[in-house]
Amino acid sequence: MTSTLQISRLTKRFGTVEALSDVSLALERGKRVALLGHNGAGKSTMMKIILGLIPFDSGSVSVCGAAPGSAEARAQVAYLPENASFHPALTGEEQIRYYLALRGENPKLAMSLLEKVGLAHAARRRMGGYSKGMRQRVGLAQTLIGRPRLLVLDEPTSGLDPVSRRDFYDLLDGLAAAGTAILLSSHVLTEVEARTDRIVILSGGRLVAEGTLATLRGRAALPVVVLVTPAAGEEAAVAQAFPEAACAGDGRLRMSCGQAGKLPLLSQVAALGAQVADLDVIPPSLEDIYSHFSRRDGQ
Amino acid sequence: MTRVLATALCEFRVAFRNRWVVIATAMMALFALVLAAAGAAPTGDIGVDRLSVIVASLTSLSVYLVPLLALLMSFDAVAGEVERGTLPLLLTYPVSRFQILLGKLLAHIAILGLATGLGYGLAALAAILADRGALAGLPSLWRLVWSSVLLGATFLGAGYALSALARRTSSAAGLAIGLWLLAVVLYDLALLALIVSDAGGPLTTRVLPAVLLSNPADAFRIFNLSAAEAVAAAGGIGGAAAAIPLWQSAASILLWPALALSLAWAAFRKVTP
Repeated sequence: MTSTLQISRLTKRFGTVEALSDVSLALERGKRVALLGHNGAGKSTMMKIILGLIPFDSGSVSVCGAAPGSAEARAQVAYLPENASFHPALTGEEQIRYYLALRGENPKLAMSLLEKVGLAHAARRRMGGYSKGMRQRVGLAQTLIGRPRLLVLDEPTSGLDPVSRRDFYDLLDGLAAAGTAILLSSHVLTEVEARTDRIVILSGGRLVAEGTLATLRGRAALPVVVLVTPAAGEEAAVAQAFPEAACAGDGRLRMSCGQAGKLPLLSQVAALGAQVADLDVIPPSLEDIYSHFSRRDGQ
Repeated sequence: MTRVLATALCEFRVAFRNRWVVIATAMMALFALVLAAAGAAPTGDIGVDRLSVIVASLTSLSVYLVPLLALLMSFDAVAGEVERGTLPLLLTYPVSRFQILLGKLLAHIAILGLATGLGYGLAALAAILADRGALAGLPSLWRLVWSSVLLGATFLGAGYALSALARRTSSAAGLAIGLWLLAVVLYDLALLALIVSDAGGPLTTRVLPAVLLSNPADAFRIFNLSAAEAVAAAGGIGGAAAAIPLWQSAASILLWPALALSLAWAAFRKVTP
């Protein structure tokens, strides 16, 4: 089966700067892929190329079997730009009606789309008075028009509150289950962690890591952090038991160890019994994994 | 076609909310009524109906006002979308850039049509109420309305082109005003200087007609004045151009909108969001 999105050896230069070099990526039907990277890593450039908004220098890109930006591709791709913005004089409903008409759909569906993103109450108000989160929802609503085979979402949850974020990812799950391939970028790594199938890390225009979170975590082999809170009056005794520990500042002791050393360290902590008031084990976060991969490349 | 109409509807709505429809109509109506009142005096001397005289005055007014209105409505068309950040999303939709421009043009033409139709209509109504004989001038009024819309379309297209070239609304506005000054004011001043210095020589007889026809505003003026055979009432450049056949000025005002729209399309295609 062919992929919904197929990128191979994509290179894009702006003058002498290589914004993307030799990037290859395949996105299958129904998969959700998170695109991570610093500002300037090439995420938005890559999205714009996929959407056919800007040309590329070499490599090949196939969107739903067509050239990016072709009428055929555009009919099947939906996009949510970073900081979605709309004409302030239009209402949310009018804007969505317009987008429906452009996609050849019935404009009467506008209200039901706005209901889906929880904006029905403000549908008849001008968007000039909308908050950032509300505009973002209008942006989300327009990505739901028709049945896009590929969704390209640039920082989709910026400006949304935690509850809306969860609702938003629920919407995405539904779309993915129906076969839509989803490519999204985000800075909120914790949500990406839970709600996507695969992670792609771009750094300096290169694809430096790709895989499920578990694979990336294994490959990075980053240390686990253990935080120990001594019981009142036992600070010195606990500190003596772990001479290698650093003081975390709030009275807690901070230690780190490899995956293999984790259980022995925990039993050591447990052996102290009542001298320890609390214990936190922090696995390497996506942030750590992310900086591990993007930094490695930067050197 | 649905895409063009949907775009036009959306643009019209925006223009209506931004008061452009009201401003354009009120401006046209006000000036037209003032001219109707002022232009009523010389009828007896010239021997034509009251409305034809008003049309001659309205022609001179439209030459300035219609391009100005058109440029004011259009300078924001592409640059505004770029600045608001609405362009990238729009361009990912299955709608071509030409369709987008055409939609905007339709909406703005509708507004200009409304403004000129209502404004001039009011002047005509005033003239007819004062003098039934003014009914004879209705054909020239109708000609003035549709040719004003075509003149407007030309400057709308030019405005879109400048908007796409500038990519910032502030510089697009500057360019639009510059174009207006150049095409509507300075061009004629230069021509007047030419006529005066040449004093009826070969430049005036051979070059001047072509130069006049190549400016849409002058072509519009010549077309309406010579069609209404009211050249004598207007004088100036109109008088100097009496020799230009009607079909030539008609061709110029018909071709210019297409040319301007092509320019706008070419410039818009170069805009990378």
